[in-house]
Amino acid sequence: MTEKNHWDWDTAEKMVSDVREWRDRFPVVQEFVVSNDGEKVAAVVEQEKQKVAPCVNGKIWGEAYERVWSLKFLPDHRLACAVLRDYEWTVVVDGTPWEETYDFVWNMTFSADGEGIAVNIKKDNGFGVALNGNTWEHRFVETRDLVMSPNGRSTATRVKTKRIATLDIAGFAEKALTVAVDGKAWDSHFLGIWGMTFSSDSASIAAGVKLDHLDFSVAVDGNIWGTSFPGIWEPVFRPGNRDAVAPVKTGKGWTLAINGRLLWEKRFSQVWGQRCSPDGQHIAAVVAPEFGVWTIAVDGLPWEMTFGDAVLFPAFSPDSGRVAAVVKDKDRYTIAVDGIPWKENFDMIWDPVFSPDSRRVAAKARKNGRHMVVVDGRAGQRTFEEMWEPVFSPDGAKMLMRYIEDGKFYRKVVKVEEI
Amino acid sequence: MFKVERKPVADLGMDDTAKGLAPERIEKVMRWVLERESDARLRTYVETCIHCGLCSEACHYYLSYKRDPSYAPVSKVRQTLWDILGRKHPADGETVKKYARIAFAECNLCRRCSMYCPFGIDIAYLLALVRRICGLLNVAPQYLQDNTNSHIHTFTQSWVGQDDYVDTLQFLEEELRMDILNARIPLDKTGAEYMYTPHSHEVTFKTHLLANMARILNVAGIDWTMPSTDGWENTNQAMHAGYYETMGMIERKHFEAAFRLKVRRILAGECGHAFRAAVYDGTRWLGWKTPPVPYVSAIQFFYELVRDGRIRIARKIQEPVTVQDPCSFVRNRGLGEMLRYIIRATCEDFREVTPKLEHNYCCCAGGGVINYGPPWKFIRMEGGRIKVRQFRETGAKIVIAPCHSCHKTIEEMSDFYKLGLHVLFANELIVKTMEVPEAMRAVQQKNEGTGGV
Repeated sequence: MTEKNHWDWDTAEKMVSDVREWRDRFPVVQEFVVSNDGEKVAAVVEQEKQKVAPCVNGKIWGEAYERVWSLKFLPDHRLACAVLRDYEWTVVVDGTPWEETYDFVWNMTFSADGEGIAVNIKKDNGFGVALNGNTWEHRFVETRDLVMSPNGRSTATRVKTKRIATLDIAGFAEKALTVAVDGKAWDSHFLGIWGMTFSSDSASIAAGVKLDHLDFSVAVDGNIWGTSFPGIWEPVFRPGNRDAVAPVKTGKGWTLAINGRLLWEKRFSQVWGQRCSPDGQHIAAVVAPEFGVWTIAVDGLPWEMTFGDAVLFPAFSPDSGRVAAVVKDKDRYTIAVDGIPWKENFDMIWDPVFSPDSRRVAAKARKNGRHMVVVDGRAGQRTFEEMWEPVFSPDGAKMLMRYIEDGKFYRKVVKVEEI
Repeated sequence: MFKVERKPVADLGMDDTAKGLAPERIEKVMRWVLERESDARLRTYVETCIHCGLCSEACHYYLSYKRDPSYAPVSKVRQTLWDILGRKHPADGETVKKYARIAFAECNLCRRCSMYCPFGIDIAYLLALVRRICGLLNVAPQYLQDNTNSHIHTFTQSWVGQDDYVDTLQFLEEELRMDILNARIPLDKTGAEYMYTPHSHEVTFKTHLLANMARILNVAGIDWTMPSTDGWENTNQAMHAGYYETMGMIERKHFEAAFRLKVRRILAGECGHAFRAAVYDGTRWLGWKTPPVPYVSAIQFFYELVRDGRIRIARKIQEPVTVQDPCSFVRNRGLGEMLRYIIRATCEDFREVTPKLEHNYCCCAGGGVINYGPPWKFIRMEGGRIKVRQFRETGAKIVIAPCHSCHKTIEEMSDFYKLGLHVLFANELIVKTMEVPEAMRAVQQKNEGTGGV
């Protein structure tokens, strides 16, 4: 939040780059990415056959490579990507490559402040993780997925710790799947493991585990809850402590459990996507009160209004008092806030963004091929070829819009009332 | 009880796992499935069936095995589920193995029999319940268990590494650009119209199929993408094994990839059971009445491309062509007419099968049977005899089979029965016949003037 104070909130409108002109210069311009502050727009461009490079604000950045992918702006506005040169992959951050090279890198992940950047790596037929260019000493038979601790200093990945030949179902039953944290695998192994998550203090990690065909549980730092259930989804930690919360299936339906104990009294046809409020006092989740009917439940109480197609993961306001979620009914998308859906619906809508004071909710939406910002259900009058999610100013009075119109990328600061 | 005689099949997934199964464990699983998971639907079906046997003539096994009554659908239910429901003593491992053989290897869950039942009883549902019981007891074909183990860990059926998947797509894009100017296989593009989800074989040993799809999408100018993360594969062998928890997890991953990328539709490759899992079984197990993101089969997609002129057919196949109607497409959403529209637009000499469309016979590979591997090949060959006769009668030289299971087993049958049939996916048909506009042709193609046709 403090970082946003340093952004330019005074310049009303700025044309950052004429991206249509890029298309005249390069045979191929891939998808655009933009920095959070809207000061930079970038894309992978092809200069000549099999020579590609990132282009930032119209300038080729660094040298050309055989391949570039996973181009992303970090939260601190640096640009990172995976590059292939001379048959070796590495990560390049703002033009500076990591010293180590790999057979392949993927799942680029970074911390909220951008200080930690990590990738899954393959090298010499072993798999591991590299964090800020430092590769785990230990390699595994396989790694999948990557999560980073909130402080950006730890990484975890799902691993297979021994080779199991195809068709060796007996070998698989002996369990070889677990989580490795900072290069060290848990002692306990499982038939299946998914949904890794770090605690807010970065000290613990939890994941859903399969013990048997009808026995599922949660493992925290390798230790299984004392109870198991016939179904379980991904756990999350409550902020401020190490209580793990997961949707669990019971004989009477789905509900939430905390540290292995049932948390909500009410049972649902389905529960998933639970999210904790920033203060850790409330939990909201996607629930199906009955088959084919979806809504959000907060602390076990479902909203009255339900939706037929789908409800996506809930988002809490910064003050922990409000909840918003994307809802879909009859193939139309909108956002519901505290149980009330916006009246207008859209072809597509992106995730809701709360203002810092928690009073407003905004989202990027698309209708009839044009993009717009919607604030508290009111669609902005201007529409754009392409745009990125809106960002509220620290005081919540203004909004940064990042968009492409007439082939040019702009950043524009407007008062929220004027949208 | 009927006397059932079958060729013995050695399968580690059923032989070894059935040994030493504790009766208490069997009882517990049976009770769980029949009393906690099954509902009024099971009771209604059991109480409604009058054992009339009209379902018999619907079953390709029954017809292929010279109308042996033990292969009649009602008989298969009687030998399994009714035996379980009426059993007064706990079952043992050998009995479970017998149930598994019938439910896994003598029924393709094709649902043709339901159309012939005067009460519309979903007999495949009843045999899927038996699969569920056997699967939870680990008594299921070894190859199928291996597929589902792969699904648990990799969300693919073929143990595809996350690195291999992305690397393959990037390599295929480079290859495609030898033909199509500036062709792309976009990864993780948000807001696209379609997210393409292939069968894992399209990323392992049948990569030309994925390249074909990418070629068609590029030529038609479709706004599309693929996810770089798990959830990209559309198959779901866990559904066939009765591992519904894994089935649900696969489908969730699939749809959440679409939600994350904010695509409007999911475009699925040519795989019948994947379509069924996403549109029906998996989706409903999770609690969605219909797919939460519109789910478009490749058949419907190609039909719309041709109908709307998004691609132009430059020439037609001259050899006589017939068709395989995959059960999960034609009996689950009636896509058979769209398939014929595509074939008639691209083939000069289309020869219809009899019976056709939703009345067509199962190829004997569906329901996961193709995935049981070599030990069960004779089942597919013998159980498919009625299908072989059907193809022979058309005199066709090419079979269009828009499903990986159908495709593979018809290739095997053609070889086994010396049919001389060439099997094509619908995407192969499109790529062989469509025009690549000159402006899209890569330089060497322009010079050669082939246009990729």
